[in-house]
Amino acid sequence: MMEEVKEVTPTLSVQGHNIKVAEVLRDGDTLTFLIISQKLSGTGEYHVDRTYDDFEWLQQHLFSQEDVPGIQGVIFPPLPVKPQVNTSAKVMKQLGFLGLGEWQPYCKALETFLRQIAAHSILNKNKAVEIFLTSSDPPGRQRVRKNIFNRLSQAVEEMRKEGHKDVDEFFQTERDHNLVLTGCAKSAAERFLDVVLTEQKIAVACGHFSAALHLCMEPGEDPDKQAFSKACVKLSEVFDSMRKNMTSVAENNVNTLGLGLDLESRYQEAEKEMLFRRTCKLVELESARRNAERAKPVKKAAMEEVKRATETEFDHICGVAKQEIARFQGARVEMLQQALVQWCEKQLLTAKDNADQFNQHLQALRGMA
Amino acid sequence: MAASSDRNPPPFPATEEPGAGLSDMADGDSDEGEDIFVSNSHPAAVSRGVSQPDRVREEPPDLFSEEEAGGTPARSNGVHSDDDGDLFAEAHVELSTDKPGSSDRKQLSSSSSGLRPASSFAQSPAAMQPTSLEQLEEDEAKDSFDVDVAVTNPEKVGDGMNAYVAYKVSTRTSLPMFRSKAFTVRRRYSDFLGLYEKLSVKQSLHGFIIPPPPEKSVVGMTKVKVGMDDPSSVEFVERRRAALERYLQRVVCHPLLLQDPDVREFLEREDLPRAVSTQALSGAGFLKMINKASDAVNKMTIKMNESDTWFEDKFQEVENEEQQLRKLHALVDSLVNHRKELCGNTAVFAKSMAMLGNSEDNTALSRALSQLAEVEDKMEQLHQEQAASDFFIFEELLADYIRLLGAMRGCFDQRMRAWQRWQEAQSTLQKKREAEAKLLWANKPDKLQQAKEEITEWEAKVTQYERDFDRIGMTVRKEVLRFEKEKAKDFKSQIVKYLEAMLQSQQRLIKFWEAFLPEAKAIA
Repeated sequence: MMEEVKEVTPTLSVQGHNIKVAEVLRDGDTLTFLIISQKLSGTGEYHVDRTYDDFEWLQQHLFSQEDVPGIQGVIFPPLPVKPQVNTSAKVMKQLGFLGLGEWQPYCKALETFLRQIAAHSILNKNKAVEIFLTSSDPPGRQRVRKNIFNRLSQAVEEMRKEGHKDVDEFFQTERDHNLVLTGCAKSAAERFLDVVLTEQKIAVACGHFSAALHLCMEPGEDPDKQAFSKACVKLSEVFDSMRKNMTSVAENNVNTLGLGLDLESRYQEAEKEMLFRRTCKLVELESARRNAERAKPVKKAAMEEVKRATETEFDHICGVAKQEIARFQGARVEMLQQALVQWCEKQLLTAKDNADQFNQHLQALRGMA
Repeated sequence: MAASSDRNPPPFPATEEPGAGLSDMADGDSDEGEDIFVSNSHPAAVSRGVSQPDRVREEPPDLFSEEEAGGTPARSNGVHSDDDGDLFAEAHVELSTDKPGSSDRKQLSSSSSGLRPASSFAQSPAAMQPTSLEQLEEDEAKDSFDVDVAVTNPEKVGDGMNAYVAYKVSTRTSLPMFRSKAFTVRRRYSDFLGLYEKLSVKQSLHGFIIPPPPEKSVVGMTKVKVGMDDPSSVEFVERRRAALERYLQRVVCHPLLLQDPDVREFLEREDLPRAVSTQALSGAGFLKMINKASDAVNKMTIKMNESDTWFEDKFQEVENEEQQLRKLHALVDSLVNHRKELCGNTAVFAKSMAMLGNSEDNTALSRALSQLAEVEDKMEQLHQEQAASDFFIFEELLADYIRLLGAMRGCFDQRMRAWQRWQEAQSTLQKKREAEAKLLWANKPDKLQQAKEEITEWEAKVTQYERDFDRIGMTVRKEVLRFEKEKAKDFKSQIVKYLEAMLQSQQRLIKFWEAFLPEAKAIA
């Protein structure tokens, strides 16, 4: 149940930029995440345990802030899909990069989610955020009533609105552009995942070959047999190095560019949602205007009222949306840049290490009788 | 040693390499002698030739290479005109693969000469330059370098289902038994098989390990007959060419096989009569043949009483080793397939990044993403090369040795058969003696004379067969020892090659990343 807060605390009491999802514990099929945040004043940390349901609770609270003007114009930081342990291939595919490893990429994604919320000037004012990050008890589990933010609940007819022509060129352009980028980003993320999965397979194959070579050693005093055995052992070491290298390459890919592309893809979707909400409001507005025009004198005043209210809402949404879009564009470029730089740096380091390894093996081999 | 690439192979659809391909030293001249008898068979000439412009030959002082052939022969280039000047320009045999102590390798005439290592594969990276002055001197001194062969320039002859691929077989030698010092002939695959058949028939009694040629492949050849342009045909032809080269190298490396007139004829004669009975060797046919022979030997009624456990032990070892190599072969095959998959995935990913880059508004980001796409394209090529390295350096090596071990089992069987022949002769002799005794007793003088003659004949045979048996035993022992020595060298040298290739790949990869980093940082 939601705690009663005596005073309104409009800002967060913790630092937003260094929230950590430090650990993930697995208990049967449930995953629990340990979240650590630094107090703003003084030293000290908050350590809280949260499950995915808690994250959803947070998200729902953020969605349902009807009293915040223009809330529908916010591009909500995207929450990853629910992690499932030992799950079907379909779900794994949905999770993409986030399903790899022992949930470390997933933790990173949750971390990003929380940091983005904490950094968002509208969202971080919501009490739910403070509770989520600082309360030692799990936040309430009551289901907040369904809201229009959940796309899945939208009727098919509503989907048709997606293509509705805009009145504002800025927004029309943004919608068109977003459509293209969403597709490209999703595709790029999926293709990169394929690359990583194959790299993992190669690492495994190198491991098998290395192990099998080890079994090829031939006993005996015979110098040629010994030479052969030594060569096999050496080769086994080489392939073991290759296995380690491939594993690192794949990990680097996941942790930098993989997460980056994944986030980009989900964020573009989040923008798409926001633009859609605005479009729906536009449709609603146009409909309200028509109703007001056609209304019989009896209803006229009421219809005008509705029209005015809708206009106001729409204007708020557009205002917030414009800000959000500008922020979003800046943030995503920065995010991608970081991802690319880190990716490159890590791969460069790994490649250099690998070259050193090969060199060492080569020297050792040449030195062998 | 400059790697000059005067000659650019005709543009080949699957390959886009910058002229690093063939280095043709000769100025358009002939088969005579300008040569670069250098070793190359760049594994990466698989479906896309690989451009390795900075690769210089690594081999140590190759007596024949005044100038260097760098780069990769686009041997994968199927249809290729033959008028390219220097036949030895593309790759060939390796004289020695390992540096220190490699000198033995060059002495083909000495008794330790062994199976030619499957060494003419991966082009080594620039990193390896001839090692030392002493090495150079030593090599100069070993002028007894007897025969080098190379198999190059696969060309499709004819059309449709009757088409075949002809290869250039070039030899260079200092041995007097050959008509000249350097010569070339054209041979087709069935000619190689024919040579093997002839050698098997003749040499089988002696216990030599006759190197087996690469196997037939109906599927592979059909594709080639239809057209040599697609990557899998190209790969097939390159694989076969390399295998034929290794096969011939092993044959000429064997001091006794080299003496065989059929071998000489194969290398020298302009027109070789078509080989006919080459049906035995399709696919797994070679090993099936050996196994069948083994079974036949096992079924023979007189079991050998092995006084010498060496043979029994060795035979067991050979069988075990064959099993292990098969396992390794399967594992490498799996690795090669994954690498190829990675190539495909990388290419597709590169395209998707290019699209993302194109759709991007932010200029610096767009540029970086496009660069990323290019880096990925380059990596795809690296993956191709790695796949080819894995394949040509290890997979083919293992396949060769599996077949060689099969041939070795064949030798053991030969010895068994020699023993059986001896035993049978002894038993026949015994019967003849009994017959003579009977005749003596029955007093039939004319038949007696004949009987005595037969006894003498069979006594001689028994002596002969006993000697044959001993001789084969010794030969088999020697062959086995030679094989083991060569195997150790071969594997070691292949591993060195592999590491060199890998090292070079990594260095290129490092360059790609270093070039990309500033692009990534420049995104504002």
